[in-house]
Amino acid sequence: MILTAAKTIVRRDLLLAMRRRGDVATALLFFVIVASLFPLGIGAEPNLLRAIAPGVIWVAALLSSMLSLGRLFAGDYADGTLEQMLLGAAPLGVVVAAKTAAHWLVAGLPLVLIAPLIALQYDVAGELYGVLAVSLLLGTPVLSIIGAIGAALTLGLRGGGVLLSLLVLPLYVPVLILGAGSVEMAAAGLSPEGQLLLLGAMLIVAAVFAPWATAAALRISSE
Amino acid sequence: MLEATELECERGGRTLFRGLCFALAPGELLRIGGANGSGKTSLLRILCGLLTPTGGGVRWKGAPIAELREDYSRQLVYLGHAPAVKDDLSPGENLDIACRLVGVQTHKEALTWALNAFAVPEVPVRKLSQGQRRRAALARLLLSESVPLWLLDEPFAALDAAAASYTEELIGRHLGAGGSVVYTTHQPAGIDTRARLVQL
Repeated sequence: MILTAAKTIVRRDLLLAMRRRGDVATALLFFVIVASLFPLGIGAEPNLLRAIAPGVIWVAALLSSMLSLGRLFAGDYADGTLEQMLLGAAPLGVVVAAKTAAHWLVAGLPLVLIAPLIALQYDVAGELYGVLAVSLLLGTPVLSIIGAIGAALTLGLRGGGVLLSLLVLPLYVPVLILGAGSVEMAAAGLSPEGQLLLLGAMLIVAAVFAPWATAAALRISSE
Repeated sequence: MLEATELECERGGRTLFRGLCFALAPGELLRIGGANGSGKTSLLRILCGLLTPTGGGVRWKGAPIAELREDYSRQLVYLGHAPAVKDDLSPGENLDIACRLVGVQTHKEALTWALNAFAVPEVPVRKLSQGQRRRAALARLLLSESVPLWLLDEPFAALDAAAASYTEELIGRHLGAGGSVVYTTHQPAGIDTRARLVQL
């Protein structure tokens, strides 16, 4: 029953994303545009661009992930389907985990896939593409999982969007440091393994515990 | 079966009701009456566990519902103020998802049958009227006959006479099979005469 509920939620949210492709494209385009503004603003100094590339790509990924967080629960809250999820047969934590997974598939995975294209603009060395992709692959799910707590807490509040950024962005800092740091380590010719393992550990801890915090926040917000 | 003791509800600093006690046996129908803003929806939400009462508690078969959680959720259908259907999905998809989430086994023929019974066209919900959305939500009742407790918030709102009387027939059938129904309504309905009234 738990598995059925999780599968149903993932399939439902992917289906909804398919029917509203514009929303998905907005977050992705935002990522591309923000990351592309830096070379235009800073100028074409290859060494400088190479040096800032990991940080800029990661910050852009953070902001883009933030942008789509507001929609994670808001739609379901407005039309009453969230109440039905709260009253579902599966534990709410499972429902939340499934919704977060679907959110990552729609908002996180595309960033991982398009990041090499952005890296190209910064003339990032070829051997760093792998590290960048792995760091994003491990880090972007953490953004979705932690962000879900903030999205649940600010549900139904006026000006919730701004509050959400204030609440969630500080929590994103460790992911940013480790993610961008791993690419910089590799660029310096050192092993990025430490940072990547820590990112992986964060992902596991967040995936196990955060959905329950989100579930508790959802129950409070929907009272 | 369902038992509410000393329920108290406070919303936005205002006490809506206090010391509310009632019990609901199998086959019983309960109507929650009261003016706008008297707390009918809040009471229904307390009964299904979405809202924690300020005081008192609700028990299901002797156990507090706050402890039962999903085990209690499986025993009830709550149709709230909002129809709880997604605009971008078809009524069939909506109904299928709603049933799967509560663990009700269903198949395509049953979904089609339930939607046809309520004359809901299979177009995206976005294109449906308020009444048709309400019907799409009510169609779940046809697939929930084995679920003992129905909690319905304004089930007859926006419905035409035919759909309203069909809903009443469904409620009657559910009561006959030993189920219990709690509902709120502003429009006088035929089943009101069978209902016990809790006035807020």
